[in-house]
Amino acid sequence: MAYERQPDMGTPASHSDTSVTLTIDGRKITVPEGTSVMRAAAESGGDIPKLCATDNVSAYGSCRLCLVEIEGRRGTPASCTTPVADGMVVKTQTPRLAKLRRGVMELYISDHPLDCLTCSANNDCELQDQAAAVGLRDVRYGYEGENHMGNKPDVSNPYFLFAPDKCIVCSRCVRACDEVQGTFALTVDGRGFGSQISAGQTSDDFLSSDCVSCGACVQACPTSALMEKSVKDMGKPERSVVTTCAYCGVGCTFRAEMKGEQLVRMVPWKDGKANRGHSCVKGRFAWGYANHKDRITTPMIRDAIDQPWREVSWDEALSFTAARLNAIKAEHGAQALGGITSSRCTNEETFLVQKLVRGGFGSNNVDTCARVCHSPTGYGLKTTFGTSAGTQDFDSVMQSDVMLVIGSNPTDGHPVFASRMKQRLRPDLNKDGGAKLIVIDPRRIDLVKSPHIEAAHHLPLQPGTNVAVLTAMAHVIVTERLADEEFIHARCDWDEYQDWARFVSDERHSPEVLEAVTRVPAADLRAAARLYATGGNGAIYYGLGVTEHSQGSSTVMAIANLAMVTGNIGRPGVGVNPMRGQNNVQGACDMGSFPHELAGYRHISDDAARALFEQDWGVTLDAEPGLRINNMLDAAVDGSFRAIYIQGEDILQSDPNTKHVAAGLEAMDCVIVHDLFLNETANYAHVFLPGSTFLEKNGTFTNAERRIQPVRKVMEPANGLEDWEVTQELAKAMGLDWNYAHPAEILAEIARLTPSFAGVSWEMLEEKGSVQWPVTAERPEGSPVMHIDGFVRGKGKFVVTEYVPTDEKTGPRFPLLLTTGRILSQYNVGAQTRRTANTAWHPEDMLEMHPTDAENRGLKDGDWTRLASRTGETTLRVTVTDRVAPGVVYTTFHHPETQANVVTTDYSDWATNCPEYKVTAVQVMPSNGPTDWQEDYAQLSERSRRIDTEREPAE
Amino acid sequence: MTQEGRIAEICEIHAGREGPLLPILHDVQAELGCVDAAAEMQIANALNISRAEVRGVVSFYHDFSAEPDPRPVVQICRAEACKARGVEALMPSASAAAGERVRIDTVYCLGLCSVGPNARIGDDLHARLNGERLTRLIENA
Repeated sequence: MAYERQPDMGTPASHSDTSVTLTIDGRKITVPEGTSVMRAAAESGGDIPKLCATDNVSAYGSCRLCLVEIEGRRGTPASCTTPVADGMVVKTQTPRLAKLRRGVMELYISDHPLDCLTCSANNDCELQDQAAAVGLRDVRYGYEGENHMGNKPDVSNPYFLFAPDKCIVCSRCVRACDEVQGTFALTVDGRGFGSQISAGQTSDDFLSSDCVSCGACVQACPTSALMEKSVKDMGKPERSVVTTCAYCGVGCTFRAEMKGEQLVRMVPWKDGKANRGHSCVKGRFAWGYANHKDRITTPMIRDAIDQPWREVSWDEALSFTAARLNAIKAEHGAQALGGITSSRCTNEETFLVQKLVRGGFGSNNVDTCARVCHSPTGYGLKTTFGTSAGTQDFDSVMQSDVMLVIGSNPTDGHPVFASRMKQRLRPDLNKDGGAKLIVIDPRRIDLVKSPHIEAAHHLPLQPGTNVAVLTAMAHVIVTERLADEEFIHARCDWDEYQDWARFVSDERHSPEVLEAVTRVPAADLRAAARLYATGGNGAIYYGLGVTEHSQGSSTVMAIANLAMVTGNIGRPGVGVNPMRGQNNVQGACDMGSFPHELAGYRHISDDAARALFEQDWGVTLDAEPGLRINNMLDAAVDGSFRAIYIQGEDILQSDPNTKHVAAGLEAMDCVIVHDLFLNETANYAHVFLPGSTFLEKNGTFTNAERRIQPVRKVMEPANGLEDWEVTQELAKAMGLDWNYAHPAEILAEIARLTPSFAGVSWEMLEEKGSVQWPVTAERPEGSPVMHIDGFVRGKGKFVVTEYVPTDEKTGPRFPLLLTTGRILSQYNVGAQTRRTANTAWHPEDMLEMHPTDAENRGLKDGDWTRLASRTGETTLRVTVTDRVAPGVVYTTFHHPETQANVVTTDYSDWATNCPEYKVTAVQVMPSNGPTDWQEDYAQLSERSRRIDTEREPAE
Repeated sequence: MTQEGRIAEICEIHAGREGPLLPILHDVQAELGCVDAAAEMQIANALNISRAEVRGVVSFYHDFSAEPDPRPVVQICRAEACKARGVEALMPSASAAAGERVRIDTVYCLGLCSVGPNARIGDDLHARLNGERLTRLIENA
């Protein structure tokens, strides 16, 4: 489709159930009560001139361009701030209005440069459009008077610039920052003629301000005052394609605005149901990695990892790989082979990798990176509710009365959803005063207190004591008779509930007794429990701070217990919602990436399910579950596991105990890395298959709310093949007869073999935009909210969750507890974001430490420290802050130079082996340089990344 | 007491009010002679609003200044009514009397239109000014 701006209705939609009918310029139209005259006119096909109005912020009424005449009313009211009324007769275009509008426009243009032809917004500028619409022909005031021309632009933000001479001070940017993003970074400085947009205080520029670079202001700007630098450089796009972001689990939909095969900008799509037209710095701006010089686009092989890489053709790479895999299989059997699917790839690609492992390699040794993040969610929610997925859609949060956020940092990890949360939490935006917030986190995350948001309760627990805190909350709810027994009787197994209730009621689970373990003041905990149980619709949002523990699965079940005991399941506004870290964690899990499960969470030992796949694929499947990632690595060290195909995951950097991962990889005969970059794992690889970015392929991603959304190819793969094609070619080279022509065919196979996807098809997604599974005959439109009439498993199951302290304990040598997390501007191991200008905000991993602990060690802000655990040690710089409690330190894991996971341990979740990233006993001491491991590793990286290039002989 | 301590106290006094920002800014300006960048930041934190929001309000009103000005201030109304009653003719001598020692601020309406030209020094209003009275006021400010 040729480039066209997204339609702008001027003011936000009204959601009233009452209809109002009015006449606009002779056209009758019926709209919901509360709709503005401006929006009603737009919906009836009109277009009232406007400058300060845009449909993602509330009406403001400052530009005086949208004036209309209304029969029986005096004057010319602004159509953006005037709500419709029954029988209203409106005229939007009359000679009187034209004169008024032209007069207003004259004033605007008298202080605006007339350099349209060389302006970066040329032909994509609302000011230009409105000047045309009002028929401006002359400016009587001339251009010589006092004006703002020549004011220097602020280019401090890496992605966009602010040109004050182009600014008309409509304040759309300020309002977008306040209402859409909720950061309040911008303001109008001064007044009258001196008014100008300012990013904070006098000395601030955009980079130093509170700005989180979400892009909402740039999107809102009607002129080129706030403009993407890429548009300034490249000009106006020529076409746009709607696709889905490949960063976090929110799954924002964007318009990729293109010029030929060049991406000009990513603009959030207003009709996207996950993001509702909003974005964050990663999805909006951090796509430069796609064409980064580090990207490898030619296949490479080598016989041993101490050799340099050899660039080869696809044919040679695939036949080399297939020969090695077939040889290993012949010598050591199918169990010596395995694969890892990626939560960053599409559903179709993930499905093919597990199909290759199960059907081609002949083992069930397939696992996925969800192993190290949300595998406990799968186990816990399946056990209690019957489905391994979150229960709500994102829109549900707008109907919540109490939000319980545990082990999740939404403003950094899931920023677009965090903005929705803020919209519901803010008293000034909600007639009922907004929702209340409870945060359970060792660290004072931004949601605890940031402009206009304040948690009712922050329970700063000791890392590793989630189960104790949640059981104590259950103790309060049950012993204070706050349980919703009617719900429990109707929906849950009553006997199991009674067992559980007896368990939690025991005095040893009271907040007062557990305070010694959790360090959460009992009175706060009681108040928080009462609020969640009695505050109306209670919704739980949780992240990896719940799952990545030795009791991760127990914590998920404890969360489910809390939701059931308070009846907070099965309707909008409530529920249990895992915040998925990567774009397709949900999808990768759905697609049968775990060694024990086929697509749709059917156990591999289920004969009927297996038979279905065997018949469709024409193979015999092993009925025994295969190895998990960590077991594959253990088996490799033992010598029984020999070859691995890793698609789009950097297990060396992201998995715990880096040295053990390195030893496992080193022991294998054939490590195949399929990725965009020579990542850290590739240091141990024999085959490198270049991957394609999300911009270069078709397929689907499934976000944290189970929403299946299309990913559309906007440019040809730089490596020549889409990732699903690479897997298919490898399968063919191994002798399998695969002939998919398009991911739509793979999706059809998934739908055919998976009951919860039965109604999904590529055509359906093209038509609807997105759909939330399950999509079945009973629910052909998908399922925004689950467990409405009953739990998927039948009766909800209460599970007794005994608190078992982790074996990772502090002691005299390792007195501090380390917990890890993310930061807004970086993503996971940073392979993508480190290769963008996002490093302006976060160039290195920092260690957060409480002032008391820092003082005891003689450390001050910015000092180098040595961070050591029983497993390993690394060095990084310290940030002294009271965000963390005394005794707790925190860091991120975005940078390979730091390798925070050298420090993390082998402990893992009892049920799923999800590693315990969130609790490591450490010591922190002053340091003057990198550790031996860091130096050795840097050398190894350099050595193993050599690529042999043919050189002309010297003359 | 430090500036920080005093601002904390002022914020505390007004914390429970609806719309506490303006009363706080008035008190800070009155007691400390200015609302500087550090004060903006501290008030923002105390009220849990952003520093940009505080800056927006501070910069809107001429009554708040970023740096202290130790000079006495004489506000002279130069709005329509006072203009009609001849304030402009008084301005050259007023400026001369003020010199560098006194700051003259132009304001628009002090609410005494029928008895202008008017001026204000601190909380005291002065009406029916002529050249001599205004000069004397400025000299004694």
